Amino acid sequence: MNEASILDIISPVMVGPSSSHTAGAVRLGLIARNIHGENIKKVKIILYNSYAQTGEGHGTDKGLIAGLLGYKPDSTIIKDIFNSQDMVSLEYRFEFRENFAKHPNAVDFIFEDDNPMTISAQSIGGGEIKVCKINEFDVSLDGKFNSILIVMGDKLGAIAKITSIIQKYGANIATLNCDRKTRGQNASLVISLDNEISADAIEEIKKEISPHLIRYVKKLEY
Amino acid sequence: MTIKTFEELKETCIKNNTEIWQTAQLQEAQIHDITVEEFRARVNKTLSAMKEAIKNGMESSVLTNGKMGGFDCAKQKEYYKNNPCIYGKLYEKILCYSLATSEENARMGRIAACPTAGACGIVPSVIISMGEIYNIDNEKLINSLIIAGITGQIISFKVKPSGATAGCQAECGSASAMAAAAMAYLFDCDTDKILNSSALALKNILGLTCDPVRGFVEVPCIKRNPFMALHAASAVEMAKAGIVSVIPIDDIVDAMEQTGALMSSDLKESSRAGLAKTKTAIVMEKACFTKKYYSALKE
Ligand code: SF4
Repeated sequence: MNEASILDIISPVMVGPSSSHTAGAVRLGLIARNIHGENIKKVKIILYNSYAQTGEGHGTDKGLIAGLLGYKPDSTIIKDIFNSQDMVSLEYRFEFRENFAKHPNAVDFIFEDDNPMTISAQSIGGGEIKVCKINEFDVSLDGKFNSILIVMGDKLGAIAKITSIIQKYGANIATLNCDRKTRGQNASLVISLDNEISADAIEEIKKEISPHLIRYVKKLEY
Repeated sequence: MTIKTFEELKETCIKNNTEIWQTAQLQEAQIHDITVEEFRARVNKTLSAMKEAIKNGMESSVLTNGKMGGFDCAKQKEYYKNNPCIYGKLYEKILCYSLATSEENARMGRIAACPTAGACGIVPSVIISMGEIYNIDNEKLINSLIIAGITGQIISFKVKPSGATAGCQAECGSASAMAAAAMAYLFDCDTDKILNSSALALKNILGLTCDPVRGFVEVPCIKRNPFMALHAASAVEMAKAGIVSVIPIDDIVDAMEQTGALMSSDLKESSRAGLAKTKTAIVMEKACFTKKYYSALKE
């Protein structure tokens, strides 16, 4: 991570009123969009705890939708997003729940379109976010880097194969995090890159190790 | 090496014979691996957003999201129309601009978090008002925002600017210290007086809790912004006269860290005590939940 900077103190420029409940919500929507893909037709969004209780007043619902539609946290359209043209092609509904096993600002995106998928994430403060689950797989993603996300069976030598493919395509690995509960179980791998990587590389990894899930998730620019 | 304390900041300025803003912008260019000009351009972007938020807020009287505010800046402006501010034009502007910005934030307008969205009215109101009253050019305003920035940054190394971490002293309090530094610089104070202004401002808000009613960034937040901006102005007035904070600023930050740690979490953004649990707040809370429940039934 970058050292704390003056720019972190005097920004972001954002739509109010709350960095965690508004700006964070937009960023959650954006990362869900980056993971799912831009073509979003139908989604159910479940808000938990503080997000469910005070979310409406903080524009959390508007922020999440605006993010899913690709708007940045400083777009003035967020306030009126429900009346915008973009909403025409998006079918959505919200549910509000209490579940104190979850983070106070937790959200589930349940995509019910051609690309069904469930993404669980949370807004952890100051606009920072974390994706913690995709479908049934535990992951950990913060949107700070372009990342390759892989869930795979715990196969011997898979990581070596993956990294050599990444190198072949000229990408630089910034960090590599592997999470596996017990031996022989699924492992989730988040590989953060310093630069970009082509779709071909992702295809090649897919062929080579046939993972349960693989996604190239672009970093959040804001 | 990033400058971590105000003592280091002062020493670096003396060693290199630079002003605070020069020291700060050199360091930032290094951190981000960009030129000083590029860094200043980014700061200018924030400054522009601040000006715009003030402009929008000054023209609006739309209710805020939580419906507890949004009309006060308009009231204040209206009052000043027939009753010129007895403390002068600078006071009037700071008061109106900080109200304007924080109301704009609470109605989902575009603002610059500085250091947070809840405290977004404090630094801009002081910088922009000074600029307008004394006809200060934009480059110098950028310098002042850089000074506010490094002040907040150094505080944040010990105390994160978040009500949940250390109460409102860390949000609006830090913002007040930042604004004081910027304002002192705009009055051409030297490094010692700039640091002293921050010290005086910060010292006087230690212990400020965070107890927002219904969890919204509205009560007490909106009206706290003008208070904290003018609080910064008082600190600068004293520093200009040569009044010195007996406790130096680095020590005050330590005290703020300790005070934040000792503060009950009920008073740190959880809305479980203080103003948030007053009789009036509870009545308001109940009224809103019923309404929400009702609209959920309707669906
Ligand atoms: S009271 Fe709490 S929410 Fe309001 S400005 Fe202060 S720290 Fe932020």
